[in-house]
Amino acid sequence: MTTYAVHTRTRASNAAAILLIGLVAVLVALPFFAGRSTIQDMFFILTMLVLAQFWNLLAGYGGLVSIGQQAFVGMGAYALFAAVILGGLDPVPSILLAGVAALIISIPTAFFAFRLQGAYFAIGTWVIAEVFRLFVAQWKTLGGGTGTSLPRSATKDMWFVDAITVLLDVKSSAARDILAYWLALALALVTIGGIYWLLRTRRGLALAAIRDNTEAAKSVGVDAGRMKWLVFLTSGFGTGLAGGLIYMQKARISPDAAFSVTDWTAYVIFIVVIGGIGTIEGPILGVLIFFALQSLLADFGSWYLMTLGGLAIVIMLIAPRGLWGLISERTGIHLFPIRRRLTGGKLDQLED
Amino acid sequence: MIWVDTVAQGILLGGLYALFAAGLSLVFGIMRLVNLAHGDLIVVGAYLILLLVTLLGLPPFLAALVAMPLMFALGWGLQKFLLNRTLGDDILPPLLVTFGLSIVFQNALLEGFSADSQRLPTDALTTASVAIGPLNLGVMPLLTFASAVAVIVGLNQLFYRTSLGRAFRATSDDPVTASLMGIKPASIFATATGIALIIVTIAALYLGLRANFDPNIGPARLIYAFEAVIIGGLGSLWGTLLGGIIIGVAQTVGAAINPEWQILAGHLAFLAVLLVRPRGLFPRAND
Amino acid sequence: MALLDTYGLTATYGDFQALFGVDITLGEAETIAIIGANGAGKTTLMRSISGVLRNAPGMVQFNGRDIGALAADEIMAQGVAMVPEGRKLFPSLSVEENLLIGTYGRRVSGHWSLGSVYDLFPILKDRRHSPGTALSGGQQQMVAIGRALMSNPRVLLCDEISLGLAPVVIKDIYKAVPAIKAAGASLIVVEQDIGQAMAVADRVYCMMEGRVTLTGAPDALSRDAIHDAYFGAGQ
Repeated sequence: MTTYAVHTRTRASNAAAILLIGLVAVLVALPFFAGRSTIQDMFFILTMLVLAQFWNLLAGYGGLVSIGQQAFVGMGAYALFAAVILGGLDPVPSILLAGVAALIISIPTAFFAFRLQGAYFAIGTWVIAEVFRLFVAQWKTLGGGTGTSLPRSATKDMWFVDAITVLLDVKSSAARDILAYWLALALALVTIGGIYWLLRTRRGLALAAIRDNTEAAKSVGVDAGRMKWLVFLTSGFGTGLAGGLIYMQKARISPDAAFSVTDWTAYVIFIVVIGGIGTIEGPILGVLIFFALQSLLADFGSWYLMTLGGLAIVIMLIAPRGLWGLISERTGIHLFPIRRRLTGGKLDQLED
Repeated sequence: MIWVDTVAQGILLGGLYALFAAGLSLVFGIMRLVNLAHGDLIVVGAYLILLLVTLLGLPPFLAALVAMPLMFALGWGLQKFLLNRTLGDDILPPLLVTFGLSIVFQNALLEGFSADSQRLPTDALTTASVAIGPLNLGVMPLLTFASAVAVIVGLNQLFYRTSLGRAFRATSDDPVTASLMGIKPASIFATATGIALIIVTIAALYLGLRANFDPNIGPARLIYAFEAVIIGGLGSLWGTLLGGIIIGVAQTVGAAINPEWQILAGHLAFLAVLLVRPRGLFPRAND
Repeated sequence: MALLDTYGLTATYGDFQALFGVDITLGEAETIAIIGANGAGKTTLMRSISGVLRNAPGMVQFNGRDIGALAADEIMAQGVAMVPEGRKLFPSLSVEENLLIGTYGRRVSGHWSLGSVYDLFPILKDRRHSPGTALSGGQQQMVAIGRALMSNPRVLLCDEISLGLAPVVIKDIYKAVPAIKAAGASLIVVEQDIGQAMAVADRVYCMMEGRVTLTGAPDALSRDAIHDAYFGAGQ
């Protein structure tokens, strides 16, 4: 008699959970022993990771290849600046408004872009992002095409900054970076946890079914249309939060920078593709490789981007599941197991 | 009267956009591939023509003629050795590989030619204009529009009157059965992309003669081309010309109202068409 | 000397093995029929010979050459044309264009040309400007056969040409077979309709579960032997 058991956990994932708790503790404590430039680098890594996770949710799990994510970064960032400059709000709670603003514009964006299929969807999202950029450039009270800065009064009295100044005995400019870093860390953890949770629910399984075969998914009663909306709006909201946070830290904005397809979409795509699309681990590995390459090659300007582009092409051709795909194929390690693995019985030998 | 002139200018500008779009439309029609590096390839073509003009002292039109076989070879090689390997049911590989190519081309041009803007040399003919009734139209825009019409007529002849055109359509319908006819789908695709890059060279010639260009303007050309294709309906070449005209007219009318609204007006016209006719004005029946 | 041979031909789809060492021989100006139930491997055999499935180096020989490793377009150029299962006309092409494209990879002058194909199937001449897919099933089958003939092949592979057609239409299609044989081609006919197969074939191969279970001239095979070869003995 053969017995079957359904697992999503793996031994590696249990070890990973313990390691993860330790890692989070170190990351939370980082500002107590690391210098300001490390904190700034980590802020960059974490915010890019958030953008990468949301793009991966869209493209890797939802099959929606968007090259218009800069719309949500830009709108989130501009919403934060509007809330602070025009509404007189504190920047920290305004980050939430950034997410809400991006969520709101993702509704008409989806309405238009979902009329297009596949590659045309991709360029369609890009056009819509351009439309938002051109509209924002007309917004004269926020500097029009040249952009504007957050007023010093607003950044100086930001929530928590005083407390951090006292707690860590640093200047208020460093305290602002530390605050931004902690917020980015929280956002990254919530994002990864949230996506992991989503993918393990019934809806997450439906999502995988849609990605693999829309027609088959429909025939077993999965509503592909609603899932696409859910994924698109979720990633719009998350990308907007990240955009607001990034520009709260930068404190200076312009339409060309905030709606940059290179910074907020091309880099993000490269991170996901190089690390491994369709996995949670992939973007994490990808962002680390991306940061390492940037540190090594940043002085070479356009050679750096050529290398990134070339690397992404090579990986897509020879290892379409990215570096993490290669690693987990060789070792069988899944840190964030999502697949239900059926163990026991004959199927065990047949799997894969 | 000024409005008639604005619209006429817009129609002629549409010819340029149709030239940008025709190659994209051709490649999509045959292999369902959207090349995100298409705009950057137009810019590559413009720099190639510029190089031939400055190194060999050729006039731009002759330089474009010399550039055509080189661009054909580039397209053929790209398709044969790189893009054919991305074709399949999964839409991700072609998208991500051509997106990577776009970044590679842009930065290679930046490295080779710097970010300074360039222009192809113009002469008296290319800057002349002719009066047609009350309108005063530039020779260059007229020539661009006539070239766009010629390219579309030529492509239609190729598609519907030649053995190669039959092979294009057969391969587009069913590559496996096409191979039973002795057709090599991989070579057909490579030839199609090569032809698309010949059209790209014509587009590049007019791009460089009419305005400044620099390594970063490719993506915007891709977007105009894409809008023209979608407005016209996927796979319809005459539709693509009409799509180009709609974008061109929207842009000149927008610019006449407020110069800052030129590009925005084009995009909004595209979104309006998408709202009313999501499959474009002349959708192909069997898609 | 045989025109086309398979030697221990095997074929797999992923993990699934569809053919287990199939040997068949086709002589010059000969017609053989391959019969067998659904899933016996008949279509896989056709796909392997024609090169659509490309995994048979050393296992298929045509005209003294190993064609097992060649691609479909190369095999077609050598003179092995196929009428694929399900007809597979090109919807974007008219009837006449569907016929013309049959010569794309092989232009050999011989008996077959647009004119002689229209003589064989006169109805097609009247419909020559219609889209291929606007025709009835029987007429589409005529186009598919004509398309394969246009290259004047030495071997014509016919995969289930009666599938889905009414008996009277099937009879019409099979009326063309003697003319095709007379023009010099050798035929491999895959059929589920045993009666039709027996009527046109010089020899019959019966397949079951990826193997040849019976072979011989049609009049030398008893009904019981065919029944056993088709369904397995003792069924």
